[in-house]
Amino acid sequence: MTRRARLIVDPIACDGRGLCAELLPAFIALDDWGYPVIPGGDIPAGLEREVTAVARLCPRLALRVEPAPRG
Amino acid sequence: MSRGPGSQCLLPRLSAGAPSPGLLPGQAPGRPASLHEHLALHGGRPSCDGSLQRRRHLIGEVERAGLTGRGGAAFPTAVKLRALASAPHARVVIANGVEGEPGSAKDKVLLTLAPHLVIDGAVSAAELTGATEAVIVTHPAACAAVRRAVGERRRAGYDPVPVRVLAAARGFTAGEASAVLNWAEGNGAVPTGRPPRLGGRGHRPALVQNVETLAHLALIMRHGASWFRSAGTLAEPGTILVTMLGAVQRPGVYQAEPGMRVSGLLQLAGGASAEPAALLIGGYFGTWVPAAEVLPLPFSAAGLSPLGARPGAGVVAVLPAAACGLAETARLARYLARSSAGQCGPCVFGLDAIARELEQAAAGGRCDLPRVRRWLRDVTGRGACRHPDGTALMVASALRVFHREIGLHSRGRCSATASAGILPVTDPPS
Repeated sequence: MTRRARLIVDPIACDGRGLCAELLPAFIALDDWGYPVIPGGDIPAGLEREVTAVARLCPRLALRVEPAPRG
Repeated sequence: MSRGPGSQCLLPRLSAGAPSPGLLPGQAPGRPASLHEHLALHGGRPSCDGSLQRRRHLIGEVERAGLTGRGGAAFPTAVKLRALASAPHARVVIANGVEGEPGSAKDKVLLTLAPHLVIDGAVSAAELTGATEAVIVTHPAACAAVRRAVGERRRAGYDPVPVRVLAAARGFTAGEASAVLNWAEGNGAVPTGRPPRLGGRGHRPALVQNVETLAHLALIMRHGASWFRSAGTLAEPGTILVTMLGAVQRPGVYQAEPGMRVSGLLQLAGGASAEPAALLIGGYFGTWVPAAEVLPLPFSAAGLSPLGARPGAGVVAVLPAAACGLAETARLARYLARSSAGQCGPCVFGLDAIARELEQAAAGGRCDLPRVRRWLRDVTGRGACRHPDGTALMVASALRVFHREIGLHSRGRCSATASAGILPVTDPPS
């Protein structure tokens, strides 16, 4: 099984603005308190560019894309 | 030949409240061992310095001993020593005696009665890893004893590396490893989520090790791995300090061996003082278990695993049948919610919401159990540290063990005849 790139939330930096979930509702949900929930963190195939763009747009710079490990 | 750690005292059969006399020979009970008394009891600290090869060999001895962290995570100490030894320059060893959990007393008792043993361990760890400083971060209650001990050693020129004493910040999360490192480096005592050994901005690569672990390390460097392994089990060797509280005759700190029955552990504290209903094992991040099921089991990670419990930081609280487990859990959950460092949203809001539901249930009000269970999953893994995870594990175990009580409460009843309040939720004064 190939390991996928992951989207990581920095929980200290995250302020629950919710922009990420608004832009990528198929991948990012919000919990009852408005903080992003990313199941497993693995970025689905075909969504890498969108996720990377959303990570750049986070007003708190709380999102980071961790590249898939090589090999 | 040395006697095994079961008989040699680290702190044998010691009660924090009323220590038995003659535990540490030549010393009045409850008074810190002086350097002279410490040396008479344990002998001098063997040097752990020397060639890379020698230090590797000594770390290998720690590995053969099977020493694991006594702060709760039970991580192999040799792995951490090795990781720091290969880190870049200016390493630091931090002895974690913060013990922010109000139910735990073993680190305070150890630092108060045997400060030199902990300092020996910290200095040995510094030599093993090439660290240039050892910092003892201690709960304020033990600060005077540790400062006095470090002063004695300084005057005697005893230690090859500088040893600094730092009073810990108050609060439950202040003892989390990255929070301790952050505090020792002059920042706030809040978790950073960064692994200590990697350092990071404003941090030196560090070994953060619980004070009891370092005390064991000091004795392993004196007596060797096979001496250490003569106590405990094959998989969990050595001894472990246990804080017992709640419905036992003599609450306090005792030196136990992994593998002994939980019922035998209670006997160390004089037995139960009331019919036990449930035990909280491993501390406030631990697991509630029914008394009848846990008492015959061995006190070890392997022995307790059928009930999903672990020794953790060695806290064992006995809930008497007269108390309400749901009310007790609600108190703990509120305390843990209040203790959040306040940095991560799911922890701040999630733990508060969980505590509120439990408080409502305890008061006989409405409680949406499926929602609480979902929240327990929702907060897990969502913080910079394990505070939400640990809290969720404890609450999840309470929902299982006190299921019947929760049902009673939903019908406006409660089985308790005494008010809750077994477990302390305030830090002891210094």
